[in-house]
Amino acid sequence: MTTLLEIADYRLAFDTFDGTHHVLDGIDLRLDAGETLGVVGETGCGKSVLARSLLQLNPSPPARVVSGAIRFRGEDLLRLEEAALRRLRGRAIAMVFQDPASYLNPLLAVATQMEDAIRGQDSAAGGRPRPRRAARALAAELLSAVGLPEPQRLLASHPHQLSGGMRQRVLIAMALAGEPALLVADEPTTALDVTVQAQVLALIDGLVRARGLALMLISHDLGVVSASCARVAVMYAGTVVEEAPTPELIARPLHPYAQGLIAAVPDLGRPEAKPRGMPGSIPSLLHPPSGCRFHPRCPLASERCRVEKPLRRTLLPGRSVACHHATP
Amino acid sequence: MTAPLPEAPLLEARGLAKTYLTPRTAFRPPGRVAAVAGVDVTLEAGASLGLVGESGCGKSTLARLLLRLVPLSGGSIRFAGQDITDLSERAMRRLRRRMQLIHQNPSAALDPRLTVMSAVAEPLRIQGIARGRALHDRVAALLAEVGLPGDFLHRHPHELSGGQKQRVCIARALALEPQLVVLDEPTSALDVSVQAQILDFLGALRRQRGLSYLFISHNLAVVRQVCERVAVMYLGRIVEEGPAAEVLERPQHPYTRALLASVPRLGVAGVAAAAPGDPPNPADPPPGCAFHPRCLVAEPACRTTAPALNFARGEDHRVACHVAARRGLPEMTETT
Amino acid sequence: MADVLPVEAASAGVSGGRGRKWRLAAWLLGRSFSSRLGLALVVLVVGLALAGPWIVPYPDDVAGAVNLARKLQPPSAAHWFGTDEVGNDILTRVIVGARLSLLVGIGIMLAAAGIGVPLGILAGMSSGRLRETIMRLTDMFLSVPGLVLAIAIVAALGPGIGNAMVALVLVWWPGYVRLAEAKALSIREEPYIEAARVAGASRLRILWRHVLPNSLSPLIVKMSMDIGQAILAVASLGFIGLGAKPPTPEWGAMIAIARGYLPEWWWYALFPGLAIYLSVLGFNLLGDGLRDILDPRSHRG
Repeated sequence: MTTLLEIADYRLAFDTFDGTHHVLDGIDLRLDAGETLGVVGETGCGKSVLARSLLQLNPSPPARVVSGAIRFRGEDLLRLEEAALRRLRGRAIAMVFQDPASYLNPLLAVATQMEDAIRGQDSAAGGRPRPRRAARALAAELLSAVGLPEPQRLLASHPHQLSGGMRQRVLIAMALAGEPALLVADEPTTALDVTVQAQVLALIDGLVRARGLALMLISHDLGVVSASCARVAVMYAGTVVEEAPTPELIARPLHPYAQGLIAAVPDLGRPEAKPRGMPGSIPSLLHPPSGCRFHPRCPLASERCRVEKPLRRTLLPGRSVACHHATP
Repeated sequence: MTAPLPEAPLLEARGLAKTYLTPRTAFRPPGRVAAVAGVDVTLEAGASLGLVGESGCGKSTLARLLLRLVPLSGGSIRFAGQDITDLSERAMRRLRRRMQLIHQNPSAALDPRLTVMSAVAEPLRIQGIARGRALHDRVAALLAEVGLPGDFLHRHPHELSGGQKQRVCIARALALEPQLVVLDEPTSALDVSVQAQILDFLGALRRQRGLSYLFISHNLAVVRQVCERVAVMYLGRIVEEGPAAEVLERPQHPYTRALLASVPRLGVAGVAAAAPGDPPNPADPPPGCAFHPRCLVAEPACRTTAPALNFARGEDHRVACHVAARRGLPEMTETT
Repeated sequence: MADVLPVEAASAGVSGGRGRKWRLAAWLLGRSFSSRLGLALVVLVVGLALAGPWIVPYPDDVAGAVNLARKLQPPSAAHWFGTDEVGNDILTRVIVGARLSLLVGIGIMLAAAGIGVPLGILAGMSSGRLRETIMRLTDMFLSVPGLVLAIAIVAALGPGIGNAMVALVLVWWPGYVRLAEAKALSIREEPYIEAARVAGASRLRILWRHVLPNSLSPLIVKMSMDIGQAILAVASLGFIGLGAKPPTPEWGAMIAIARGYLPEWWWYALFPGLAIYLSVLGFNLLGDGLRDILDPRSHRG
């Protein structure tokens, strides 16, 4: 497999009135073509900021790249001009977001928005936009591909006539218009009901397989990541603390934070296992803890953790952990 | 005031209904939306009942009906033996001491301009329970009880984390020493590690103070952890009801089964899309059983006749399904 | 119980403190040039209004002395803004006029808000007939151009600064009803209002403790901008002879007379005009700046 995406020592800061928030602190991640990676973590861990970084969607200011590189097919996205980025958005990397309603214009019919998106992709590719009729035909095709029945009727409707699940499918269909190699999904099912979430996750799963898409799924829900991704990266306070094949992480997390996170999830399959909370709360990124950012909440923390930031090291094949005390 | 009879349930509602009128617009005649359509609820003192269902199923409306926060369209409510169906607004204000509500989103449930002190003191002031030094001490004690340090008294909500705000809301509800607490998705806005803390705390609180909970959630695993009984709602009706372990381990209604199958499990790749389509629009409900368009075992009768909530497995487990009532559904397999 | 719910570290959460709020406000205000300019102009106008009688170079000219020997002199070292047709120092009269304009502007704004805000919040919190009555009455007023209605009212009451203020208050309050009603409508859906009901709060308490304080931000912005607009409106009425009467040092009335001396004796109209322009601009820019401070969304920047 070829490396599609490589994030190397990426650091991002937000400059605000209160000072500099160190939002992402040395992210290293790799994603091969056709691979599925889940990024999981709690509020404020930086997972959404990371996802937006791939398309340079973080508003700047306040966002400021401190260092690092995000290479897509070997090309550093952080050094691209806006025009080159536009060509990349949608065509190479497409994104779907948490709240489908706010990404559709309520005044325009679905057909118009999809045609515009398709034709926009054509111009971004440097060609002439195809005629509306052709764009509409492709739109109908894409809607069928995301499992929406009666695409013609759907194209004629307006967003408010659709359910949340249908809107998210429309947005996924639009994301497919540029035939991207990587789909970045930021909490794509968080706003949906659980039965509809199951449908959308099954859809994404099917698309990834059928089209050979690489998937980066951002979620706060370990269950969702566990259902959809072969590999998972656990983030805490702007760092990746553990990366592992999903079943191995769930079965035996090595980083104390990953252990705490998994222990906190109530599991229907194991009602006798009482979820355990984690003491303390997420640290301020304005004055992040010294050394390991997890040390104030960590049961294993030692003096070394307070002073020395642990680097992520490979403990087992395919598994790396950023912890001084973790053992395979 | 009449003392409640010891055997009477704390809360007993019969045939609760709420119908909203949608306003007439240029394109549409006025319509009727039945958000809650004839629901019975019984909650024993000290018990906890979980109410689960997806968005728009009417669970939040039902909670507000039970607390008399929205006007009833039908039915009756008895609280601690007293009929409160037609109680005046003024009388209800006094009764509020005994029934409290915890909101889903603690950030929105706290007035952004009030300090923690003012927020927790407000119910005590309104009900005339304490003032001055006594009020201050009482609030400080409540904060200590929910695990917040005393220097939080003068902070504003925006200076607190989500979990801390929810603790403030809990302290505020506890201030009046209620018997009934309705919790409307109390942890769905919180991170999972905080959720576990808060759920643990809520459980301990109920045991120590003998509280009764009506616990609304879309998260079946959370309900399983907190509640002894559970009721599943779909489109304004209860479709299945019984002991939590029984309902969630041996579900009888196809909708309950679909819900359970849809929940992603840790360490299991993929989820089963067990109910096709979307939850129906309450303004345009399907005829017969509301679930039949998404039901994989629907029969002709399901399209015409709404099933009643009848006993299924044993005395305690009721289900509203023609198919399950007649022949029962096969045992669920653990292949999801 | 602490064993069940771990006690939070006192440092957790957002770093805070009373000082931060003010420092943040200063930072937001200082970040934009137009806000700084607005604040500077308002401070200047308010300063002149307060210190006026003590700093003017020719105190005798305030009440309108006649000194024909030095009438209509161009700006000079002795008379920075020149003199008018009866020899009064224009600088003196512009400075003294600031006090009148400011008092009139603030007075109109306070009275209009005093009528409009309670009505608006009442309308927003109630439903049915009361709300309909308030809002339709508001619509009636808003559907007539304000200044035209004010002119009609002054014409009926008789000219004079007091009547001009009464007329402007009468046309001004409906704007506050609109804004307060819209704000109250959105606030009454907030969960914290329901939380107050659950605590047993009465309607009056909810209105006073929760709805009103949380509605204030957009109202304060409007109030700041309205001071400028009211100064302009009073000057307009003065200009057409329905407001302050000469020799009262009122900017609009001064321009009304100065009009006859244009273009040759340009300074007579220019300096009162500039005074109106800069004070209206100042209050408008300050209003914009306050919007930035009071809008929680701008705090993330």
